[in-house]
Amino acid sequence: MDAPARLPPGETPAIAAETLDCGYEGKLVLRDVTFSVAPGEIFFVIGGSGCGKSTLLRHLIGLHEPRRGRVSFHGRPFTAADAAGRRELLRTFGVLFQGGALWSSLTLRENVALPLEEYTPLSRRERGELAALKLAQVGLEGFEDYYPAEISGGMRKRAGLARALALDPAVVFFDEPSAGLDPVTSRSLDDLIRQVRDTFGTTIVVVSHELASMFALADRAVMLAREEQGIIAAGAPAALLKSPDPRVRAFLTRTAPA
Amino acid sequence: MPDAPAIPAAAVRTEAERGVCVVTVGGGWSVTGAPPAWPGPPAGATGVVLRAADLGRWDSSLPFFLAGVRRVCRAAGVPCDAAALPPRLRDLLAQLEAVQAAGAPQDRADSLLTAVGLATREVGVQARAILDFVGECALSAVRLARSPRRFRWADCAAEMQQCGAMALPIVSLISFLVGVTLAYTGAIVLRQFGGDIWIADLVGLSMVREMGAVMTAVVLAGRTGAAYAATLGNMKANEEIDALATLGIPPVQFLVLPRLLALAVMMPVLALYANALGILGGLLVAYSLLAIPPAAFWVEMLTIIDLSDVASGVIKAAAFGVIVGLSGCLRGLQAERSADGVGRATTSAVVTALLLLVIADALFAVLFNVLGI
Repeated sequence: MDAPARLPPGETPAIAAETLDCGYEGKLVLRDVTFSVAPGEIFFVIGGSGCGKSTLLRHLIGLHEPRRGRVSFHGRPFTAADAAGRRELLRTFGVLFQGGALWSSLTLRENVALPLEEYTPLSRRERGELAALKLAQVGLEGFEDYYPAEISGGMRKRAGLARALALDPAVVFFDEPSAGLDPVTSRSLDDLIRQVRDTFGTTIVVVSHELASMFALADRAVMLAREEQGIIAAGAPAALLKSPDPRVRAFLTRTAPA
Repeated sequence: MPDAPAIPAAAVRTEAERGVCVVTVGGGWSVTGAPPAWPGPPAGATGVVLRAADLGRWDSSLPFFLAGVRRVCRAAGVPCDAAALPPRLRDLLAQLEAVQAAGAPQDRADSLLTAVGLATREVGVQARAILDFVGECALSAVRLARSPRRFRWADCAAEMQQCGAMALPIVSLISFLVGVTLAYTGAIVLRQFGGDIWIADLVGLSMVREMGAVMTAVVLAGRTGAAYAATLGNMKANEEIDALATLGIPPVQFLVLPRLLALAVMMPVLALYANALGILGGLLVAYSLLAIPPAAFWVEMLTIIDLSDVASGVIKAAAFGVIVGLSGCLRGLQAERSADGVGRATTSAVVTALLLLVIADALFAVLFNVLGI
């Protein structure tokens, strides 16, 4: 099933995945996955455990090469790009990994400053100030010189988000942002995601099976299924609730399929 | 305090009803208790009916017993009806029989021939991985040489402290004891020929040309190489390496090169230090065991050692440092994303380093011989 973005005529999607076959270690996990995400959209990829959500994400952000198909950002091919072109595109998106994936030997400030060091001509002092600003934006002012091991899981995710936002990317990917968080912290992270989109117009892609977050945030979502190795439903959350596929309705209403 | 109520023992009652054998289970059933025996359907029984009565607390031992009854009935060609059992017990019995029907656990072990074939192929895969990694490191080093500002000097300095200064105690102990051992072993032979003084030549030359560099490399393979593998393996498991990749920062440039340079610089320094400690150990043994004055030991040693000997040891130590660093970093980056994977990577880093050290040492021996050093 294809899931084209709801785009005004002539507008280029922020992300386009075309006929992607995804897999690793000789195993095909997803086949013929096609979807696109409009600029400024909050887009969820949902599905049960083992359906290939994280695999899809890893292929979208270039950690794995798709066996077939291509990914493009704002009309520029990513998977087919040469090293220089790919590096240029890498700075246009940020990723918040499941556990935050902060570099444990660096302070939060140094974590956020590293992308700036890599891609901007800013001085060390300017990088530090900008990193402190990003950390303040996610509610971590005063923690700039803490190491990741010294803060809680929720704070690590916030710091990871600050790092993902360091270069003010046009697209931010979130891998299971609510995983391991209590409901209150999870809700505050949801608010932060919406705030990022509303403030900067950032395109957001969230891989999650957290339905409360999906209903609260998503403009559109696609649902993956292990049996089909691909997308079985696409649309706005309210529309997915009325899906003709009983598996989709059962998943979204947390009931066991008949 | 009132006594705890006694748990009734598992009971099996067998009765005949109009030619049908009725097996009634009751009492308490525990998997830790001895299961009751059932002799099988009586001769002439046209069927067996399973029932439960006065059943107390039961666990998986009960469906296991009932499955055994049904198996015996099947073998005897007597139909066995479980419909009268409580629904929950009936469902569990059906589930157990389905599992039993699935057969014995699948043997996933490879045959000897397959195992040998896979192991042989793995040698090729690993050799290629090492060569790829060496090439990647070389290219990254060239790129960094063009723009040294991008090199993480602070990380490199921290690693130098870790692999250099922090390793001094263990290197001191090992090298001193190696010197002592060499002197004792040499003394046994040399005394028989009245060549006590040559103990200085033996200890000095062995330490400077061979043992200083080799023993330091072995210590650092176990200490620093393993630490590199564990650190990078954990970083991989925590997606920290992925985070670098999505920023377009090559892990080799960010994580590997500072560690390699740190080891390549610190290993020769440590080897020189190990030489000194080893010679000191030999000197003390020579003085205490053979009554050779330290000044005589020193003068004799200088007759056999020249700068080329020291240089050969230092060159070897630098190469060994790179080998230890490469092995640790390669295995760390190859680690599977699990605690078990990190453990295996650590072990593999030490084994790889030791193997490559021995091979490199042999190659150096041949090379220095050819060059006349």
